[in-house]
Amino acid sequence: MLLDVHGHQAYCYTGGKAFDPALPAIVLLHGAQNDHSVWALQSRALAHAGLAVLAPDLPGHGRSDGPALTTVEAMADWLIALLKTAGAGRALLAGHSMGSLIALETASRAPASVSALALIGTTYPMRVSDALLETAHTDEPAAIEMVAGWSHSSFVPGPSTAGPGVSVVNVARRLMQRMSARNPSGLLHTDFAACNSYANGEAAAASLHCPVLFVFGKQDMMTPPRSTALLTGAVKHGAVVHVDAGHAMMAEAPDAVRSALFDFAQSVPMRS
Amino acid sequence: MSGPRHPGFDTLALHAGSAPDPATGARATPIHFTSSFAFHDADHGAALFNMEQSGHVYSRISNPTNAVLEERIAALEGGVAGIATASGQAALHLGLSTLAGAGDHIVASNALYGGSHNLLAYTLRRFGIETSFVDPRDIDAWRAAIRPNTRLLFGETLGNPNLDVLDIPTLSALAHAHDVPLMVDATFTTPYLQRPFDLGADLLLHSATKFLCGHGTAIGGLLVDGGTFDWQAAHERSGRFATLCEPYDGFHGMVFSEESTVGAFALRARREGLRDFGAAMSPHNAFAILQGIETLGLRMERHLVNTRRVIDFLVAHPAVASVAYPELESHPDHALARRILPRGCGAVFTFELKGDRAAARRFADGLQIFSHLANVGDAKSLVIHPASTTHFRVPAEQLAARGITQGTLRLSVGLEDADDLIDDLKRALKLAQKGA
Repeated sequence: MLLDVHGHQAYCYTGGKAFDPALPAIVLLHGAQNDHSVWALQSRALAHAGLAVLAPDLPGHGRSDGPALTTVEAMADWLIALLKTAGAGRALLAGHSMGSLIALETASRAPASVSALALIGTTYPMRVSDALLETAHTDEPAAIEMVAGWSHSSFVPGPSTAGPGVSVVNVARRLMQRMSARNPSGLLHTDFAACNSYANGEAAAASLHCPVLFVFGKQDMMTPPRSTALLTGAVKHGAVVHVDAGHAMMAEAPDAVRSALFDFAQSVPMRS
Repeated sequence: MSGPRHPGFDTLALHAGSAPDPATGARATPIHFTSSFAFHDADHGAALFNMEQSGHVYSRISNPTNAVLEERIAALEGGVAGIATASGQAALHLGLSTLAGAGDHIVASNALYGGSHNLLAYTLRRFGIETSFVDPRDIDAWRAAIRPNTRLLFGETLGNPNLDVLDIPTLSALAHAHDVPLMVDATFTTPYLQRPFDLGADLLLHSATKFLCGHGTAIGGLLVDGGTFDWQAAHERSGRFATLCEPYDGFHGMVFSEESTVGAFALRARREGLRDFGAAMSPHNAFAILQGIETLGLRMERHLVNTRRVIDFLVAHPAVASVAYPELESHPDHALARRILPRGCGAVFTFELKGDRAAARRFADGLQIFSHLANVGDAKSLVIHPASTTHFRVPAEQLAARGITQGTLRLSVGLEDADDLIDDLKRALKLAQKGA
């Protein structure tokens, strides 16, 4: 589905079903240097389970036009506009990594638009090391190799977690390379800088009144579960699920993440 | 900044895609000899059929043993997904038919395995897919052959039988400038000698029967999606690749490039090609090929050592007119080979025997260790006379254009003791000369 948001074309994957604003909505927000396809093993199932799915490509990512936005706050404003354009009503916002910060900030800015939050592979502050930030700036392909490695629990994961014959690590690597090819203006550094500079996470978390689900990967090296106390402590109505995976948990533990989202969606009052 | 250390070739060859069996602890990959897989419940079955969840339904489409092999080759090649097929020919057909249909066009090297040439020149033409054949070294010819309805360029990493080295960097740049992918047959090189995706190729296939299996036992093929080609961008610019970028009636209007940004090709190949053409690999064969891949690095090293010994012997023998092997300075692609095949040029090559067809037959019949048969990449050394076997359907003028004469012989050097191989060749060359 293509929408016009702030004068630029925005692409949303809808899970193989036409988006129906009358249904309870779930929004799936990807992380840095990614696109909607990281949710492949959650989005299609959720759409066919009766939810209206919006999995957008952020500006400057994948099929969405426009320059990449440089702050989490700007991304949240963009998402609020997208939800309005789509006629989504109140939505469950699920975000991964950088996407989790966008979801958090959106819920803080527009609480009436958000029924619940699922923060996956998240932490706050989401600091990116100076060395990785610098590498993303000076040598994006090398930074992609680092992220591809650190995002997975193993280079040789168990068979077929993301489908028969699929190499989870190589899919992640190629997807980030594709984002670079489509947007060669330093996208990874832009995204990392946005994560690194986001300073409103604790206040945003404290302001939440909606239910919050945290999904953490037990082997996550990018946003380790041990680093999340500030965020989980600031949330009033939070629950935590740990899955057996690294940061790229939607691909490494697709069934566990999908089940967590589905169970959460069923447990919270969602109305269109 | 130092990043994570990625595992090496041999580690991936032994481990990628596998884990101890969760049910039994079996360390070797079990052979899942079953046609079908039970659903947890009705919802699970429906979700698997609708691609909402990952899992196995029916072994024509996927099987856990095959999946280990597929993931392993994807890891070794740097691709996003592999697909195991009944044979190398089936892998080629699956790759071509996923992209091309009636009215479409392919540009292919004219230095192909005879079976690949047959499929392209005769059989696919019957289904409305036309192929233009070009000299793989003539980049201008590749360029001139591309048409608006061209769907891919195709060649062998080492051409058959004279080992023309495919200039993958140049050809892939040409292909991409015209919004088409480059697919290569990497059977002769294996990922040990070359990783075509690193050089610019987008899709590749193996006859896994050869070096990957390595023991002349199982027939099988592997098709690998590099995840490098932007089908959607090419579709928007050129209108090509509707099979990947427009709704597919055969799967509830699925748009494969939306479902998977970098794996659309593999998704359609499995969900349409394996489903409908049905050329699936037996899990028994997948197991045999997995066993072979575990020692691929070790075997390729020994293949190279033996091949170089044999070539040194043949080059110096008075009964041998010429040897075609890119590691030799006399080969027209020597410089290119040094650049894109730095580890070596494999264990299959041709040489030209002085004398006529009868001399070539006496040579083949006189060998005792080399087996005279139609295969390559076995642990055991092999020989064949292309003009009377693999290329017998190719018209005489085309044979001559490819440098194949009645005296051309192809060797596949195995893992025996090199001295014994040389003695065997010495004896057969003497027999060939005696009858002259």
